[in-house]
Amino acid sequence: MADLVSHPDEVKVVSRRFGQGAANIDRYLELDGYKAVQKALAMEPDAIISEVKNSGLRGRGGAGFSTGMKWSFVPKQSAKPKYVLCNGDESEPGTCKDRLIFEHDPHSVIEGVMIGALAVGAKSGYIYIRGEYRYLLEIMQKAIRDAYAKGFLGKNIFGSGRDLDIYWHGGAGAYEVGEESALMESLEGKRGIPRIRPPFPAVVGLWGGPTVINNAETLANVPHIILGGADWYAKLGTPKNGGTRLFCLSGNIAKPGVYELPMGYNLKKMIYEVGGGIPNGRTLKAVVPGGASCPCLTANEVDVAMDFDSVAKAGSMLGSGGVVVIDDQQCIVKFALRTMKFYQHESCGWCIPCREGTDWIKKTLVRFHAGGGMKKDIDNIQYLAENMLGRTFCPLGDAAAMPTIGFVKKFRKEFEDHLEGRPCPYEKEGAVEQVPVHA
Amino acid sequence: MKFSEEFETRFAEMVPHYPTKRSALVPTLLYAQDEVGYLSDEVIAEIASRLDLTELEVRNVISYYSMLTTKPRGKFNVQVCTNISCMVRGGEDILHHCTKKLGVGHKQTTPDGLFTLEEVECIGACSWAPAAQVNYDFHENLTTEKMDRILDEYKKKATQ
Repeated sequence: MADLVSHPDEVKVVSRRFGQGAANIDRYLELDGYKAVQKALAMEPDAIISEVKNSGLRGRGGAGFSTGMKWSFVPKQSAKPKYVLCNGDESEPGTCKDRLIFEHDPHSVIEGVMIGALAVGAKSGYIYIRGEYRYLLEIMQKAIRDAYAKGFLGKNIFGSGRDLDIYWHGGAGAYEVGEESALMESLEGKRGIPRIRPPFPAVVGLWGGPTVINNAETLANVPHIILGGADWYAKLGTPKNGGTRLFCLSGNIAKPGVYELPMGYNLKKMIYEVGGGIPNGRTLKAVVPGGASCPCLTANEVDVAMDFDSVAKAGSMLGSGGVVVIDDQQCIVKFALRTMKFYQHESCGWCIPCREGTDWIKKTLVRFHAGGGMKKDIDNIQYLAENMLGRTFCPLGDAAAMPTIGFVKKFRKEFEDHLEGRPCPYEKEGAVEQVPVHA
Repeated sequence: MKFSEEFETRFAEMVPHYPTKRSALVPTLLYAQDEVGYLSDEVIAEIASRLDLTELEVRNVISYYSMLTTKPRGKFNVQVCTNISCMVRGGEDILHHCTKKLGVGHKQTTPDGLFTLEEVECIGACSWAPAAQVNYDFHENLTTEKMDRILDEYKKKATQ
Protein backbone atom coordinates (compact mmCIF):
# COMPACT_ATOMS: atom_id res chain seq x y z
CA MET A 1 0.00 0.00 0.00
CA ALA A 2 2.83 2.36 0.86
CA ASP A 3 4.58 3.74 -2.24
CA LEU A 4 7.93 2.32 -3.27
CA VAL A 5 10.80 4.49 -4.45
CA SER A 6 14.09 3.73 -6.11
CA HIS A 7 17.48 5.28 -6.72
CA PRO A 8 20.44 4.06 -8.83
CA ASP A 9 22.71 3.93 -5.75
CA GLU A 10 20.50 1.37 -4.08
CA VAL A 11 21.84 -2.13 -3.49
CA LYS A 12 18.83 -4.37 -3.17
CA VAL A 13 19.18 -7.27 -0.79
CA VAL A 14 16.28 -7.14 1.65
CA SER A 15 14.20 -5.12 -0.80
CA ARG A 16 15.10 -7.36 -3.76
CA ARG A 17 11.60 -8.84 -3.96
CA PHE A 18 9.67 -5.65 -3.16
CA GLY A 19 6.93 -4.99 -5.69
CA GLN A 20 7.21 -8.46 -7.21
CA GLY A 21 4.28 -10.18 -5.57
CA ALA A 22 6.48 -12.28 -3.26
CA ALA A 23 3.81 -12.33 -0.54
CA ASN A 24 2.47 -15.15 -2.71
CA ILE A 25 4.37 -18.28 -1.71
CA ASP A 26 4.68 -19.65 -5.25
CA ARG A 27 6.11 -16.37 -6.47
CA TYR A 28 8.47 -16.35 -3.48
CA LEU A 29 9.66 -19.83 -4.46
CA GLU A 30 10.31 -18.65 -8.02
CA LEU A 31 12.44 -15.86 -6.56
CA ASP A 32 14.78 -18.29 -4.73
CA GLY A 33 12.50 -18.52 -1.73
CA TYR A 34 13.03 -21.22 0.94
CA LYS A 35 16.33 -22.24 -0.70
CA ALA A 36 18.39 -20.76 2.13
CA VAL A 37 16.58 -22.71 4.83
CA GLN A 38 17.14 -25.94 2.91
CA LYS A 39 20.83 -25.09 2.66
CA ALA A 40 20.86 -24.34 6.39
CA LEU A 41 19.24 -27.70 7.15
CA ALA A 42 22.32 -29.37 5.70
CA MET A 43 24.66 -27.22 7.81
CA GLU A 44 25.85 -27.72 11.38
CA PRO A 45 24.28 -25.14 13.75
CA ASP A 46 27.72 -23.74 14.58
CA ALA A 47 28.43 -23.29 10.89
CA ILE A 48 25.24 -21.23 10.47
CA ILE A 49 26.20 -19.07 13.43
CA SER A 50 29.72 -18.44 12.16
CA GLU A 51 28.41 -17.61 8.71
CA VAL A 52 26.12 -14.95 10.22
CA LYS A 53 28.93 -13.74 12.50
CA ASN A 54 31.35 -13.41 9.59
CA SER A 55 28.80 -11.53 7.50
CA GLY A 56 29.04 -8.60 9.89
CA LEU A 57 25.24 -8.47 10.24
CA ARG A 58 24.30 -6.22 13.14
CA GLY A 59 20.90 -5.70 14.75
CA ARG A 60 18.69 -3.49 12.61
CA GLY A 61 16.38 -2.57 15.48
CA GLY A 62 18.81 0.06 16.66
CA ALA A 63 21.40 -1.36 19.02
CA GLY A 64 23.59 -2.75 16.25
CA PHE A 65 24.71 -5.81 18.18
CA SER A 66 26.30 -8.65 16.17
CA THR A 67 23.50 -11.07 15.25
CA GLY A 68 25.77 -14.12 15.06
CA MET A 69 27.22 -13.24 18.46
CA LYS A 70 23.73 -12.96 19.93
CA TRP A 71 22.85 -16.39 18.59
CA SER A 72 26.04 -17.87 20.02
CA PHE A 73 24.99 -16.88 23.56
CA VAL A 74 22.12 -19.38 23.53
CA PRO A 75 23.14 -22.45 25.53
CA LYS A 76 23.43 -25.67 23.52
CA GLN A 77 21.59 -27.70 26.15
CA SER A 78 18.49 -26.40 27.83
CA ALA A 79 15.90 -28.07 30.04
CA LYS A 80 13.33 -25.52 28.85
CA PRO A 81 12.29 -25.04 25.21
CA LYS A 82 14.23 -22.45 23.21
CA TYR A 83 12.55 -19.79 21.08
CA VAL A 84 13.23 -17.35 18.28
CA LEU A 85 11.23 -14.13 18.51
CA CYS A 86 10.95 -11.71 15.62
CA ASN A 87 10.49 -8.13 16.75
CA GLY A 88 8.04 -6.49 14.37
CA ASP A 89 6.80 -3.91 16.85
CA GLU A 90 8.32 -1.17 14.71
CA SER A 91 7.42 2.08 16.45
CA GLU A 92 10.51 4.28 16.70
CA PRO A 93 9.36 7.62 15.25
CA GLY A 94 10.90 8.01 11.81
CA THR A 95 10.96 4.28 11.09
CA CYS A 96 8.73 2.56 8.52
CA LYS A 97 10.90 -0.15 6.97
CA ASP A 98 9.63 -3.37 8.56
CA ARG A 99 6.25 -2.38 7.22
CA LEU A 100 7.54 -2.80 3.67
CA ILE A 101 9.22 -6.11 4.47
CA PHE A 102 6.02 -7.55 5.93
CA GLU A 103 3.98 -6.23 3.03
CA HIS A 104 6.24 -7.26 0.16
CA ASP A 105 8.34 -10.14 1.44
CA PRO A 106 6.75 -11.78 4.51
CA HIS A 107 8.24 -15.20 3.71
CA SER A 108 11.77 -13.81 4.02
CA VAL A 109 11.01 -13.07 7.68
CA ILE A 110 9.60 -16.56 8.19
CA GLU A 111 12.67 -18.03 6.52
CA GLY A 112 14.95 -15.89 8.70
CA VAL A 113 13.20 -17.10 11.85
CA MET A 114 13.53 -20.70 10.62
CA ILE A 115 17.27 -20.36 10.02
CA GLY A 116 17.67 -18.70 13.42
CA ALA A 117 15.79 -21.59 15.01
CA LEU A 118 18.03 -24.15 13.29
CA ALA A 119 21.12 -22.26 14.44
CA VAL A 120 20.16 -22.16 18.13
CA GLY A 121 18.20 -25.41 18.30
CA ALA A 122 14.73 -23.91 18.82
CA LYS A 123 11.56 -25.68 17.76
CA SER A 124 9.24 -22.66 17.88
CA GLY A 125 9.36 -19.12 16.65
CA TYR A 126 7.06 -16.14 17.08
CA ILE A 127 6.58 -13.17 14.79
CA TYR A 128 5.29 -10.20 16.79
CA ILE A 129 3.68 -7.44 14.71
CA ARG A 130 2.46 -4.15 16.16
CA GLY A 131 -1.31 -3.78 16.52
CA GLU A 132 -1.59 -0.81 14.17
CA TYR A 133 -0.21 -2.98 11.34
CA ARG A 134 -3.36 -5.10 11.09
CA TYR A 135 -3.18 -5.52 7.32
CA LEU A 136 0.38 -6.74 7.68
CA LEU A 137 -0.60 -9.18 10.40
CA GLU A 138 -3.13 -10.59 7.95
CA ILE A 139 -0.48 -10.89 5.23
CA MET A 140 1.76 -12.68 7.73
CA GLN A 141 -1.04 -15.00 8.89
CA LYS A 142 -1.61 -16.05 5.31
CA ALA A 143 2.12 -16.48 4.65
CA ILE A 144 2.47 -18.76 7.69
CA ARG A 145 -0.60 -20.79 6.69
CA ASP A 146 0.79 -21.20 3.17
CA ALA A 147 4.17 -22.33 4.52
CA TYR A 148 2.44 -24.97 6.65
CA ALA A 149 0.34 -26.09 3.66
CA LYS A 150 3.52 -26.68 1.65
CA GLY A 151 5.07 -28.68 4.49
CA PHE A 152 7.80 -26.09 5.10
CA LEU A 153 6.63 -25.68 8.69
CA GLY A 154 5.31 -28.20 11.20
CA LYS A 155 6.48 -31.79 11.49
CA ASN A 156 9.46 -33.10 9.54
CA ILE A 157 10.18 -29.91 7.59
CA PHE A 158 11.52 -30.54 4.08
CA GLY A 159 11.75 -34.23 5.01
CA SER A 160 14.62 -33.45 7.38
CA GLY A 161 13.14 -35.20 10.38
CA ARG A 162 13.08 -31.89 12.26
CA ASP A 163 9.98 -30.16 13.59
CA LEU A 164 9.57 -26.39 13.53
CA ASP A 165 6.55 -24.25 14.30
CA ILE A 166 6.15 -20.53 13.69
CA TYR A 167 3.29 -18.47 15.09
CA TRP A 168 2.08 -14.93 14.61
CA HIS A 169 1.30 -12.54 17.45
CA GLY A 170 -0.26 -9.08 17.38
CA GLY A 171 0.36 -6.16 19.72
CA ALA A 172 -2.08 -3.43 20.75
CA GLY A 173 -0.20 -0.14 20.72
CA ALA A 174 2.90 0.37 22.85
CA TYR A 175 6.29 1.76 21.82
CA GLU A 176 8.04 0.24 24.78
CA VAL A 177 7.15 -3.27 23.67
CA GLY A 178 9.80 -2.84 20.99
CA GLU A 179 12.35 -3.27 23.79
CA GLU A 180 13.31 -6.95 23.98
CA SER A 181 12.30 -7.77 27.54
CA ALA A 182 9.06 -5.76 27.36
CA LEU A 183 8.33 -7.58 24.10
CA MET A 184 8.51 -10.90 25.91
CA GLU A 185 6.25 -9.64 28.69
CA SER A 186 3.73 -8.51 26.09
CA LEU A 187 3.85 -11.85 24.30
CA GLU A 188 3.22 -13.53 27.62
CA GLY A 189 0.00 -11.52 27.96
CA LYS A 190 1.21 -8.87 30.38
CA ARG A 191 1.91 -5.16 30.52
CA GLY A 192 5.06 -4.41 28.56
CA ILE A 193 7.25 -3.65 31.56
CA PRO A 194 10.97 -4.32 31.09
CA ARG A 195 12.67 -7.19 32.89
CA ILE A 196 15.77 -6.84 35.01
CA ARG A 197 18.87 -8.15 33.26
CA PRO A 198 20.87 -10.30 33.74
CA PRO A 199 19.73 -12.93 33.07
CA PHE A 200 19.64 -11.98 29.40
CA PRO A 201 16.96 -13.39 27.07
CA ALA A 202 19.48 -15.72 25.43
CA VAL A 203 19.58 -17.59 28.75
CA VAL A 204 16.19 -16.84 30.36
CA GLY A 205 13.64 -15.46 27.91
CA LEU A 206 10.13 -16.35 26.83
CA TRP A 207 8.41 -18.51 29.47
CA GLY A 208 11.83 -18.92 31.05
CA GLY A 209 13.40 -20.57 28.01
CA PRO A 210 16.49 -19.34 26.12
CA THR A 211 15.29 -16.85 23.51
CA VAL A 212 16.82 -15.10 20.55
CA ILE A 213 15.14 -11.78 19.73
CA ASN A 214 15.90 -10.11 16.41
CA ASN A 215 14.40 -7.24 14.48
CA ALA A 216 12.35 -8.16 11.39
CA GLU A 217 14.87 -6.54 9.00
CA THR A 218 17.74 -8.41 10.67
CA LEU A 219 15.98 -11.72 10.16
CA ALA A 220 15.00 -10.87 6.58
CA ASN A 221 18.73 -10.47 5.82
CA VAL A 222 19.63 -13.94 7.09
CA PRO A 223 18.40 -16.03 4.10
CA HIS A 224 20.38 -13.78 1.73
CA ILE A 225 23.53 -14.27 3.83
CA ILE A 226 23.12 -18.05 3.83
CA LEU A 227 22.61 -18.13 0.06
CA GLY A 228 25.08 -15.42 -0.97
CA GLY A 229 27.74 -16.17 1.63
CA ALA A 230 29.21 -14.18 4.49
CA ASP A 231 32.00 -12.68 2.39
CA TRP A 232 29.67 -11.31 -0.26
CA TYR A 233 27.40 -9.77 2.38
CA ALA A 234 30.23 -8.32 4.48
CA LYS A 235 31.76 -6.65 1.42
CA LEU A 236 28.56 -4.77 0.63
CA GLY A 237 29.14 -2.62 3.70
CA THR A 238 32.07 -1.20 5.63
CA PRO A 239 34.40 -3.06 8.03
CA LYS A 240 32.40 -4.54 10.94
CA ASN A 241 29.17 -3.24 9.36
CA GLY A 242 28.09 -5.86 6.88
CA GLY A 243 25.48 -5.50 4.19
CA THR A 244 22.94 -2.85 3.45
CA ARG A 245 20.37 -0.96 5.40
CA LEU A 246 16.82 0.15 4.76
CA PHE A 247 16.98 3.91 5.34
CA CYS A 248 13.63 5.60 5.87
CA LEU A 249 13.97 9.16 4.60
CA SER A 250 11.30 11.41 6.03
CA GLY A 251 10.65 14.99 7.05
CA ASN A 252 11.56 18.05 4.97
CA ILE A 253 13.02 16.24 2.00
CA ALA A 254 12.04 16.30 -1.67
CA LYS A 255 11.84 12.54 -2.23
CA PRO A 256 10.98 10.79 1.03
CA GLY A 257 10.84 7.00 0.97
CA VAL A 258 12.56 3.82 2.08
CA TYR A 259 15.85 3.29 0.23
CA GLU A 260 18.16 0.31 0.60
CA LEU A 261 21.72 1.62 0.60
CA PRO A 262 25.05 0.05 1.50
CA MET A 263 26.18 0.43 5.09
CA GLY A 264 28.47 3.42 5.28
CA TYR A 265 26.65 5.45 2.62
CA ASN A 266 27.34 9.14 3.09
CA LEU A 267 24.51 10.95 4.88
CA LYS A 268 24.99 14.20 2.98
CA LYS A 269 24.73 12.32 -0.31
CA MET A 270 21.68 10.48 1.03
CA ILE A 271 19.93 13.77 1.77
CA TYR A 272 20.92 15.75 -1.32
CA GLU A 273 21.19 13.08 -4.02
CA VAL A 274 19.01 10.13 -3.01
CA GLY A 275 16.43 12.24 -1.21
CA GLY A 276 16.61 15.13 -3.70
CA GLY A 277 17.57 17.75 -1.12
CA ILE A 278 15.46 20.20 0.85
CA PRO A 279 12.38 21.43 -1.03
CA ASN A 280 10.69 24.85 -1.17
CA GLY A 281 13.95 26.80 -1.36
CA ARG A 282 14.74 26.10 2.24
CA THR A 283 18.00 24.89 3.79
CA LEU A 284 18.97 22.07 6.08
CA LYS A 285 18.95 22.76 9.81
CA ALA A 286 19.43 19.32 11.35
CA VAL A 287 18.95 15.59 10.83
CA VAL A 288 17.86 12.90 13.24
CA PRO A 289 19.93 10.05 11.77
CA GLY A 290 18.36 6.92 13.24
CA GLY A 291 14.93 7.44 14.74
CA ALA A 292 13.67 9.83 17.43
CA SER A 293 15.97 8.52 20.15
CA CYS A 294 19.18 9.59 18.37
CA PRO A 295 20.82 12.95 19.03
CA CYS A 296 20.47 15.17 15.99
CA LEU A 297 23.29 16.13 13.68
CA THR A 298 23.52 19.76 12.58
CA ALA A 299 23.81 20.79 8.93
CA ASN A 300 27.60 21.00 9.41
CA GLU A 301 27.80 17.45 10.75
CA VAL A 302 26.10 15.50 7.96
CA ASP A 303 29.23 14.55 6.04
CA VAL A 304 29.30 11.20 7.81
CA ALA A 305 29.30 7.54 6.75
CA MET A 306 26.05 5.87 7.79
CA ASP A 307 27.31 2.81 9.62
CA PHE A 308 27.04 2.04 13.31
CA ASP A 309 30.62 2.99 14.20
CA SER A 310 30.96 6.16 12.12
CA VAL A 311 27.67 7.65 13.36
CA ALA A 312 28.64 6.77 16.94
CA LYS A 313 31.94 8.58 16.39
CA ALA A 314 29.98 11.62 15.20
CA GLY A 315 28.18 11.62 18.55
CA SER A 316 24.90 10.05 17.53
CA MET A 317 23.55 6.62 16.60
CA LEU A 318 22.62 4.79 13.42
CA GLY A 319 19.64 3.47 15.37
CA SER A 320 16.68 2.11 13.46
CA GLY A 321 17.43 3.70 10.08
CA GLY A 322 14.88 6.48 10.42
CA VAL A 323 16.45 9.59 8.89
CA VAL A 324 14.31 12.59 9.78
CA VAL A 325 15.31 15.77 7.94
CA ILE A 326 14.57 19.14 9.57
CA ASP A 327 14.61 22.35 7.52
CA ASP A 328 15.34 25.96 8.55
CA GLN A 329 11.66 26.77 9.13
CA GLN A 330 11.26 24.25 11.94
CA CYS A 331 11.59 25.25 15.58
CA ILE A 332 14.04 23.01 17.46
CA VAL A 333 12.35 23.73 20.79
CA LYS A 334 9.06 22.54 19.34
CA PHE A 335 10.79 19.50 17.82
CA ALA A 336 12.37 18.70 21.20
CA LEU A 337 8.99 19.14 22.85
CA ARG A 338 7.23 16.81 20.42
CA THR A 339 9.97 14.23 20.90
CA MET A 340 9.67 14.44 24.68
CA LYS A 341 5.87 14.39 24.57
CA PHE A 342 6.19 11.06 22.79
CA TYR A 343 8.52 9.54 25.38
CA GLN A 344 6.42 10.88 28.23
CA HIS A 345 3.36 9.22 26.68
CA GLU A 346 5.18 5.92 26.13
CA SER A 347 7.05 5.68 29.44
CA CYS A 348 5.58 2.73 31.34
CA GLY A 349 6.28 4.36 34.69
CA TRP A 350 8.27 1.44 36.07
CA CYS A 351 11.52 3.39 36.60
CA ILE A 352 11.24 6.72 38.39
CA PRO A 353 13.97 8.63 36.47
CA CYS A 354 12.13 7.95 33.21
CA ARG A 355 8.60 8.43 34.51
CA GLU A 356 9.33 11.68 36.34
CA GLY A 357 12.08 12.90 34.04
CA THR A 358 10.07 12.71 30.82
CA ASP A 359 7.09 14.39 32.47
CA TRP A 360 9.13 17.16 34.03
CA ILE A 361 11.07 17.92 30.86
CA LYS A 362 7.88 17.88 28.80
CA LYS A 363 6.18 20.34 31.13
CA THR A 364 9.23 22.60 31.04
CA LEU A 365 9.36 22.49 27.24
CA VAL A 366 5.64 23.24 26.90
CA ARG A 367 6.10 26.32 29.03
CA PHE A 368 9.34 27.23 27.28
CA HIS A 369 7.90 26.97 23.81
CA ALA A 370 4.98 29.15 24.86
CA GLY A 371 7.32 31.94 25.89
CA GLY A 372 7.25 31.26 29.62
CA GLY A 373 10.80 29.98 29.83
CA MET A 374 13.48 31.14 32.24
CA LYS A 375 17.20 31.11 31.53
CA LYS A 376 17.89 28.49 34.19
CA ASP A 377 15.40 26.13 32.48
CA ILE A 378 17.85 25.50 29.65
CA ASP A 379 20.49 24.04 31.96
CA ASN A 380 17.81 22.36 34.00
CA ILE A 381 16.47 20.46 30.98
CA GLN A 382 19.95 19.21 30.24
CA TYR A 383 20.56 18.36 33.91
CA LEU A 384 17.34 16.37 34.14
CA ALA A 385 18.06 14.50 30.92
CA GLU A 386 21.61 13.67 32.00
CA ASN A 387 20.25 12.25 35.23
CA MET A 388 17.97 9.86 33.35
CA LEU A 389 20.85 8.37 31.36
CA GLY A 390 21.73 4.83 32.38
CA ARG A 391 19.38 4.87 35.36
CA THR A 392 16.49 2.83 33.96
CA PHE A 393 15.86 -0.87 33.36
CA CYS A 394 15.19 -0.40 29.66
CA PRO A 395 16.62 2.09 27.19
CA LEU A 396 13.45 4.22 26.97
CA GLY A 397 14.89 6.61 29.54
CA ASP A 398 18.08 6.95 27.51
CA ALA A 399 16.05 7.27 24.31
CA ALA A 400 14.27 10.29 25.79
CA ALA A 401 17.37 11.84 27.30
CA MET A 402 19.86 11.55 24.43
CA PRO A 403 18.07 13.61 21.77
CA THR A 404 17.11 16.21 24.39
CA ILE A 405 20.71 16.72 25.46
CA GLY A 406 21.63 17.00 21.79
CA PHE A 407 19.03 19.68 21.08
CA VAL A 408 20.06 21.77 24.08
CA LYS A 409 23.78 21.48 23.39
CA LYS A 410 23.61 22.08 19.64
CA PHE A 411 20.79 24.60 19.46
CA ARG A 412 21.12 26.55 22.68
CA LYS A 413 20.56 29.81 20.82
CA GLU A 414 17.14 28.66 19.67
CA PHE A 415 16.21 27.99 23.27
CA GLU A 416 17.47 31.46 24.24
CA ASP A 417 15.38 33.01 21.46
CA HIS A 418 12.28 31.85 23.33
CA LEU A 419 13.22 33.61 26.57
CA GLU A 420 11.65 36.66 28.25
CA GLY A 421 8.14 36.02 27.11
CA ARG A 422 9.02 36.10 23.43
CA PRO A 423 6.65 33.95 21.44
CA CYS A 424 8.12 31.17 19.33
CA PRO A 425 9.83 32.88 16.38
CA TYR A 426 8.68 30.13 14.03
CA GLU A 427 4.98 30.18 14.86
CA LYS A 428 2.26 32.40 13.47
CA GLU A 429 1.12 34.90 16.09
CA GLY A 430 -1.28 33.39 18.58
CA ALA A 431 -0.70 29.82 17.37
CA VAL A 432 0.89 28.70 20.60
CA GLU A 433 -1.34 28.52 23.61
CA GLN A 434 0.05 30.62 26.45
CA VAL A 435 1.06 28.67 29.50
CA PRO A 436 1.63 30.42 32.82
CA VAL A 437 5.23 30.36 34.03
CA HIS A 438 4.50 28.15 37.01
CA ALA A 439 2.34 25.61 35.14
CA MET B 1 -21.63 -13.60 25.84
CA LYS B 2 -21.45 -14.43 22.14
CA PHE B 3 -18.73 -13.51 19.69
CA SER B 4 -18.80 -14.11 15.94
CA GLU B 5 -17.78 -17.41 14.43
CA GLU B 6 -14.72 -15.74 12.95
CA PHE B 7 -13.61 -14.65 16.41
CA GLU B 8 -14.16 -18.13 17.83
CA THR B 9 -12.16 -19.77 15.03
CA ARG B 10 -9.29 -17.40 15.55
CA PHE B 11 -9.41 -17.73 19.32
CA ALA B 12 -9.41 -21.54 19.10
CA GLU B 13 -6.46 -21.39 16.70
CA MET B 14 -4.52 -18.92 18.83
CA VAL B 15 -4.62 -20.41 22.33
CA PRO B 16 -2.67 -23.62 21.56
CA HIS B 17 0.15 -21.50 20.07
CA TYR B 18 1.42 -20.76 23.55
CA PRO B 19 2.54 -22.78 26.56
CA THR B 20 0.41 -20.55 28.80
CA LYS B 21 -3.18 -19.51 28.05
CA ARG B 22 -2.61 -15.98 29.23
CA SER B 23 -0.23 -15.34 26.33
CA ALA B 24 -3.18 -15.05 23.96
CA LEU B 25 -4.55 -12.12 25.97
CA VAL B 26 -3.39 -9.04 24.03
CA PRO B 27 -4.42 -10.14 20.51
CA THR B 28 -7.66 -11.60 21.89
CA LEU B 29 -8.57 -8.29 23.51
CA LEU B 30 -7.98 -6.41 20.27
CA TYR B 31 -10.04 -8.84 18.21
CA ALA B 32 -12.86 -8.67 20.78
CA GLN B 33 -12.72 -4.88 20.74
CA ASP B 34 -12.94 -4.86 16.93
CA GLU B 35 -16.25 -6.74 17.20
CA VAL B 36 -17.89 -5.05 20.14
CA GLY B 37 -16.45 -1.56 19.59
CA TYR B 38 -14.85 -1.36 23.03
CA LEU B 39 -13.91 -3.57 25.95
CA SER B 40 -17.12 -3.61 27.93
CA ASP B 41 -17.44 -5.11 31.42
CA GLU B 42 -19.06 -8.10 29.79
CA VAL B 43 -16.20 -8.64 27.32
CA ILE B 44 -13.63 -8.30 30.09
CA ALA B 45 -15.42 -10.85 32.26
CA GLU B 46 -15.73 -13.28 29.37
CA ILE B 47 -12.07 -13.07 28.32
CA ALA B 48 -10.88 -13.26 31.92
CA SER B 49 -12.82 -16.47 32.47
CA ARG B 50 -11.65 -18.00 29.20
CA LEU B 51 -7.97 -17.34 29.96
CA ASP B 52 -8.17 -18.20 33.68
CA LEU B 53 -7.41 -14.66 34.75
CA THR B 54 -9.11 -12.29 37.16
CA GLU B 55 -10.92 -9.30 35.68
CA LEU B 56 -8.44 -7.09 37.47
CA GLU B 57 -5.54 -8.79 35.70
CA VAL B 58 -7.23 -8.18 32.37
CA ARG B 59 -7.95 -4.51 33.19
CA ASN B 60 -4.36 -4.09 34.29
CA VAL B 61 -3.20 -5.17 30.84
CA ILE B 62 -5.82 -3.10 28.99
CA SER B 63 -4.70 0.11 30.66
CA TYR B 64 -1.17 -0.35 29.32
CA TYR B 65 -1.95 -0.57 25.60
CA SER B 66 -2.94 2.60 23.76
CA MET B 67 -5.18 0.86 21.22
CA LEU B 68 -7.33 -0.82 23.86
CA THR B 69 -10.25 1.12 25.28
CA THR B 70 -12.96 0.49 27.85
CA LYS B 71 -15.01 3.40 26.53
CA PRO B 72 -17.29 3.24 23.47
CA ARG B 73 -15.91 4.94 20.37
CA GLY B 74 -17.36 6.11 17.09
CA LYS B 75 -17.78 3.78 14.15
CA PHE B 76 -14.66 5.31 12.58
CA ASN B 77 -11.68 6.03 14.78
CA VAL B 78 -9.71 8.82 13.07
CA GLN B 79 -6.14 8.64 14.34
CA VAL B 80 -3.96 11.51 13.21
CA CYS B 81 -0.22 11.21 13.73
CA THR B 82 1.58 14.37 14.87
CA ASN B 83 4.90 12.78 15.74
CA ILE B 84 8.13 14.29 14.37
CA SER B 85 8.06 13.15 10.72
CA CYS B 86 4.39 14.05 10.38
CA MET B 87 4.74 17.26 12.40
CA VAL B 88 7.36 18.81 10.11
CA ARG B 89 5.11 18.05 7.13
CA GLY B 90 1.93 19.53 8.56
CA GLY B 91 0.47 16.76 10.72
CA GLU B 92 -0.79 19.30 13.23
CA ASP B 93 -2.68 21.17 10.53
CA ILE B 94 -4.40 17.91 9.60
CA LEU B 95 -5.35 17.36 13.22
CA HIS B 96 -6.67 20.93 13.65
CA HIS B 97 -8.59 20.58 10.43
CA CYS B 98 -10.25 17.37 11.64
CA THR B 99 -11.07 19.05 14.95
CA LYS B 100 -12.81 21.87 13.12
CA LYS B 101 -14.57 19.66 10.62
CA LEU B 102 -15.77 17.08 13.10
CA GLY B 103 -16.31 19.53 15.96
CA VAL B 104 -14.63 17.24 18.46
CA GLY B 105 -11.28 17.12 20.23
CA HIS B 106 -8.83 14.39 21.22
CA LYS B 107 -10.60 11.12 22.11
CA GLN B 108 -14.03 12.70 21.64
CA THR B 109 -16.85 11.30 19.53
CA THR B 110 -19.24 13.14 17.22
CA PRO B 111 -22.88 13.25 18.45
CA ASP B 112 -23.98 10.98 15.57
CA GLY B 113 -21.57 8.33 16.83
CA LEU B 114 -19.73 8.15 13.52
CA PHE B 115 -16.31 9.58 14.25
CA THR B 116 -13.90 9.56 17.15
CA LEU B 117 -10.84 11.76 16.77
CA GLU B 118 -7.52 10.82 18.28
CA GLU B 119 -4.05 12.35 18.15
CA VAL B 120 -1.72 9.37 18.01
CA GLU B 121 1.97 8.61 18.24
CA CYS B 122 4.02 7.32 15.30
CA ILE B 123 2.05 4.86 13.16
CA GLY B 124 4.96 3.87 10.92
CA ALA B 125 4.08 6.00 7.91
CA CYS B 126 6.99 8.43 8.28
CA SER B 127 8.14 8.36 4.66
CA TRP B 128 4.57 9.05 3.52
CA ALA B 129 3.80 11.81 6.01
CA PRO B 130 1.57 13.37 7.09
CA ALA B 131 -0.50 10.31 7.77
CA ALA B 132 -3.55 9.09 9.62
CA GLN B 133 -5.30 5.81 10.25
CA VAL B 134 -9.06 5.41 10.17
CA ASN B 135 -9.65 2.22 12.12
CA TYR B 136 -6.94 0.04 10.52
CA ASP B 137 -6.74 1.79 7.13
CA PHE B 138 -3.73 3.95 6.42
CA HIS B 139 -4.18 7.31 4.66
CA GLU B 140 -0.94 8.94 3.64
CA ASN B 141 0.58 12.03 2.00
CA LEU B 142 -2.36 13.96 3.43
CA THR B 143 -3.48 17.49 2.70
CA THR B 144 -6.47 19.13 4.34
CA GLU B 145 -8.41 18.70 1.07
CA LYS B 146 -7.53 15.02 0.91
CA MET B 147 -8.55 14.58 4.54
CA ASP B 148 -11.90 16.22 3.76
CA ARG B 149 -12.54 13.75 0.95
CA ILE B 150 -11.54 10.81 3.15
CA LEU B 151 -13.87 11.82 5.97
CA ASP B 152 -16.70 12.46 3.50
CA GLU B 153 -16.24 9.00 2.01
CA TYR B 154 -16.44 7.34 5.43
CA LYS B 155 -19.55 9.32 6.21
CA LYS B 156 -21.09 8.21 2.93
CA LYS B 157 -20.13 4.61 3.65
CA ALA B 158 -21.91 4.77 6.99
CA THR B 159 -25.15 6.12 5.60
CA GLN B 160 -25.35 3.76 2.63
